[in-house]
Amino acid sequence: MIGNQLIDQYARNITDEKQHSVLNGSAAGTEKRYQVLHKDYEDPDALRKLAASIKDHTLHHLGDYLTKAEQALTSRGVNVHFASTGDDAKQTILEILQGHGVTALTKAKSMAAEEIHLNPFLIGNGIECLESDLGEFIIQLDDDEPSHIVKPIIHKNRREIARTFQREGIAADYNDDPETITRRARVFLREKYMQAQAGITGANFVCADTGRMLLVTNEGNSRFGMAPAKVHIALVGIEKLIPREKDLAVFLNLLGRSATGQQLTVYTEFINGPKSANQPDGPEHMHVVFMDNGRTDVLASNCKEILRCIRCGACQNVCPVYRQASGHAYRSTYGGPVGAVLSPLLFGDRFPELADLPKASSLCGACNEVCPVDIPIPDLLLRLRDKAHQAHVHSPAAIPMSPFAVLATSPSLWRTAMTMSKAMNHLPIQVAPIKPLQDWLGQRTLPDSHGGDFRKWFKARKKS
Amino acid sequence: MKETIFAKIEAATSALKTKAPLPEYDVALTHSAPRLEGTDLWEIFSRNFKGVNGKPMSSVSELAEFLKTTGQLHGYCDPALFDTIGAPLAAAGLTVETVYDRSRYDDYQFGITRATGAIAESGTVIIDDLRTSHRLAALSPWVHVAVLERSEIHRTISDAIANFGDSPNIIWCTGPSKTADVEGILIEGVHGPGEQIALMI
Repeated sequence: MIGNQLIDQYARNITDEKQHSVLNGSAAGTEKRYQVLHKDYEDPDALRKLAASIKDHTLHHLGDYLTKAEQALTSRGVNVHFASTGDDAKQTILEILQGHGVTALTKAKSMAAEEIHLNPFLIGNGIECLESDLGEFIIQLDDDEPSHIVKPIIHKNRREIARTFQREGIAADYNDDPETITRRARVFLREKYMQAQAGITGANFVCADTGRMLLVTNEGNSRFGMAPAKVHIALVGIEKLIPREKDLAVFLNLLGRSATGQQLTVYTEFINGPKSANQPDGPEHMHVVFMDNGRTDVLASNCKEILRCIRCGACQNVCPVYRQASGHAYRSTYGGPVGAVLSPLLFGDRFPELADLPKASSLCGACNEVCPVDIPIPDLLLRLRDKAHQAHVHSPAAIPMSPFAVLATSPSLWRTAMTMSKAMNHLPIQVAPIKPLQDWLGQRTLPDSHGGDFRKWFKARKKS
Repeated sequence: MKETIFAKIEAATSALKTKAPLPEYDVALTHSAPRLEGTDLWEIFSRNFKGVNGKPMSSVSELAEFLKTTGQLHGYCDPALFDTIGAPLAAAGLTVETVYDRSRYDDYQFGITRATGAIAESGTVIIDDLRTSHRLAALSPWVHVAVLERSEIHRTISDAIANFGDSPNIIWCTGPSKTADVEGILIEGVHGPGEQIALMI
């Protein structure tokens, strides 16, 4: 049946409420990004192209830069670990925590941690693990999944959140005023911060020359969560490197504007070691876990450009499919255009399970236009469609195209078909007992055929 | 595991026909001309800082007035700043402690700490481990006052990066703590301060 891809099914079944939340939130994000980039720069494209070339260079020399970063971090007293798979990363983190006797921690938002489902794993191993970003905290209370890279609860409205707070005892009564919701979370979470023995974060970038890693938050949650903590563990995808500190100016100026329409995110933290000796607050021990989890396979593939991604979410905001279907429709950690490329690739041997995602796109190109690192997402989607084809992945929603191919490659057949098609204007095809045709017409109104008109006109024009 | 990862990276990158060179570029490309309009760095900073809902101030009496009218009467002040800022505030009737006791983190309505500098282009105050007396004193109080000198203001983001220095922990604060997680509505003072003040001395 046409329009019966899994993503279409999901989109049809989400509530109007959820669809409005996603649509409004993402459209506002696109608008803000556009305003601020064009107000601040005459030619934002130059900066995007530069960022792309820096990232490509880094990826093409990834081994060298990873070695440099490891050396720089180690020389500053940071323990550096490597993890091949998500399971390796989880085990490594658990062992670090157990080694330091940690029983309670706070975790700042990290897509890498979402990717490997770190939270449930740690909780299952007896460690209290609390999300400190407001959106992720609400996700955790609801046992939900984030549906957007930077706006994890874009799919929820204030009423749902107020009900969650009441149900979970964060607040004694129902109150859906956004300011009240935020104040209640403030009171609840700061008490937890003060009891946490460790802080887990991701990293937005790691500078290979000095090992300085970057964390950005608007709320200040990672800074607060780590002030009383004794141990800091950063889980970092190996593609997060950039060559030099100097390059941060390029990426920082693009990240905030692309993600939330801000020049800079409120808190931009640069860390390359445990706290200094004179400082009473902050971790005494720092661990960085560099995680592969499929990234080297992506690097070896013909879709390696996706590793440039700096996780800003601009492609999600602008995507007509994402806006209608929501991030959850992508059945993986990364939704939207970036997810349609990255998720099937990171699934490795399980690629066929998500091989339909690259087809859930009209290839309109908006994702490429807004991408701060100029990833040619539509091209990558086509390469993945081809990969699915080569691997003979069955696609339940594929329309049989072979009759069209026969017509389109034979001029005489095409001409006959065009002329004949006019006859359809007079036939009651709405009642023709052809199942695929009925499915198709169920969602579309067929315009009158003007088949052959152009040929006729063109011929007449040549004669005169 | 490390060996496996490096071997896979090597296999992937050595197969590339061409490798992208490291681009050399002028960092001026990253500068936002409209944000840098003007000549006086404090003025440029103040304009951009106000743009992110920060409050620039250039006298202790202005600060005392703000704290009193908003009812923020009890706070912490870095002992190194007590003579210049803490004492005049105390004389104006405010309670000023020079010890930050973590067990009473909610008692401090304001926290006054030393900034290492500021960035004019973005309206950012810079705090680093080597100079700030307490990270928490800039986080738990509702009002954070970052104290800086005129000569410490960097013109651009790229200037501030070029002058990172050797601190293991540097944080840039560009306005008060905020969120738009609930329906995209901007709320300030999520976990950190709801008021970010930059006091130039």
